[in-house]
Amino acid sequence: MYTQALNNNSDAADRTIEDAAHTTAFQARIDAEARIEPNDWMPAAYRKTLVRQISQHAHSEIVGMLPEGNWITRAPSLRRKVALLAKVQDECGHGLYLYAAAETLGASREELVDAMLAGKAKYSSIFNYPTLTWADIGVIGWLVDGAAIMNQIPLCRCSYGPYARAMIRVCKEESFHQRQGYEIMLTLCRGSAAQKAMAQDALNRWWWPVLMMFGPPDQASQHGDASTKWKIKRFSNDELRQKFVDATVPQAQYLGLSIPDPGMTQDEEGHWRHGAIDWSEFKQVLAGNGPCNRDRLAARRKAHDDGAWVREAAAAYAEKRKFRQAAQAAE
Amino acid sequence: MTAPSISVSETPLVLYTLRRADDALILGHRLSEWCGHAPMLEEDMALSNMALDLLGQARTFYTYAAAVEGNGNDEDKLAYLRDVRQYRNLLLAELPNGDFAHTMVRQFFYSAFADLYWRAMMTSSDATLAAIAAKSEKESAYHLRHSSEWIVRLGDGTEESHVRAQRAIDDLWAFTGEMFAVDDSERGLIEAGIAADPAALRPAWLGTITAVASEATLVLPGNDWMQQGGRSGRHSEHLGHLLSELQSMQRTFPGATW
Repeated sequence: MYTQALNNNSDAADRTIEDAAHTTAFQARIDAEARIEPNDWMPAAYRKTLVRQISQHAHSEIVGMLPEGNWITRAPSLRRKVALLAKVQDECGHGLYLYAAAETLGASREELVDAMLAGKAKYSSIFNYPTLTWADIGVIGWLVDGAAIMNQIPLCRCSYGPYARAMIRVCKEESFHQRQGYEIMLTLCRGSAAQKAMAQDALNRWWWPVLMMFGPPDQASQHGDASTKWKIKRFSNDELRQKFVDATVPQAQYLGLSIPDPGMTQDEEGHWRHGAIDWSEFKQVLAGNGPCNRDRLAARRKAHDDGAWVREAAAAYAEKRKFRQAAQAAE
Repeated sequence: MTAPSISVSETPLVLYTLRRADDALILGHRLSEWCGHAPMLEEDMALSNMALDLLGQARTFYTYAAAVEGNGNDEDKLAYLRDVRQYRNLLLAELPNGDFAHTMVRQFFYSAFADLYWRAMMTSSDATLAAIAAKSEKESAYHLRHSSEWIVRLGDGTEESHVRAQRAIDDLWAFTGEMFAVDDSERGLIEAGIAADPAALRPAWLGTITAVASEATLVLPGNDWMQQGGRSGRHSEHLGHLLSELQSMQRTFPGATW
């Protein structure tokens, strides 16, 4: 669904001395807004940053299937059931697409997935919150996908070609998901008192975690500089967060819902200024202590482990077939 | 407060249409349970695809059943407000997913039948049913190809996958007979050229099943005792649990629009 500014590895420390001429030419291409393609020379730190970011993004798509998947079997109408299943399937497609983009940088899907299952790779913290009611499916589409779009639209111009191209398609689908989510909210808010209360409750629970999706405040972000120079990141966490809040407040007003932030004010330029974010909660969720961290990893590990014999069977059959075809050809 | 079940006037054509709708909904629901939990991402996609096809079929059949019945019911009332005794699907469709082999064998048995059945239904004298059949046939042809390929991979893969695939065939075999059964209600529709006769399709079905099983080095059971009951609402214990989950929102919030 989206990638998060979780990046706290110290690339600068790992960076070895690169060929100075290569580096200069590389940066000149980036500065000229040219795309870097898989076979082009690139600094090791650029490659590493991209593999980390793209794989975190892919893991987020796959883990992100779980909270919404939680409602596929209980969707309240056949139309909603089909739309939700198709949406979760889209997320899976995004994951596949992104793993393929990471593979162009020399990282295999298998090793990336293993790192995630081992708890060594991150995914978006938002998916560590539970979906308790149907309204959560509306809020996820409206706000979580809405925040994802804010983050991903600039990535369509990312300097790395395969990632940028993947993002163009992903953004189209996400924007459809967002409208679908908003339409769920609209239906709830025009429905019974119980449905409207369900919508407000979901907004209350998701609002702050969604703001945290943009990552730590700029002064605390350890990572922006290199990514900005390489044109992987084009806006700061706080800039994107502000854009999102400005776009979302009028949408909430239209629904007749209150943003659960008593400190929110509108400044003279028209920007909606949110109150203080509880970053200790964010840190706890990143550290594995969110409400669903254990459940999410357990579900992914179970799917992986239960499916091992199937993957082995497919590989064994493919081997046998290759062998038989070779034997046939030799006859 | 919970929403009570509706009553449905099951004329032969309504009953016929509901049976096909229920097959598609229940099997589609089962497949949708895999989404996010499949052995590989490609199968998350494929199982969801098949589920979406089946749910789409269910919606058109329910809508048609409601129109034929003409009592103000609609696709959601028919899906969400009938209880287990009112459901008319094949027992095969409601059986739990089990392991991946059980899911694929279930799909294989059903799709090998559905592909033949929808093709035969394309000449139905009922234009709506013929149109739904034409769309469903394209989908079931893909489902049959996908599940057949997996039966071969699992049967001729590893020792473990072979054992699991054979066990799934042995477990599910007794639920295949119901696909070919015809009761009095359906007999009239067959004679009127509205419904295809499933019994006539069994030899071709058995031919497909036998060929794939043989390529997969799997054996079809000799046992020919067949379970029945789904078509008249005598289900396995599994369906009630499926429905309590499927229907929970509509039952909890009577009359709400979602």
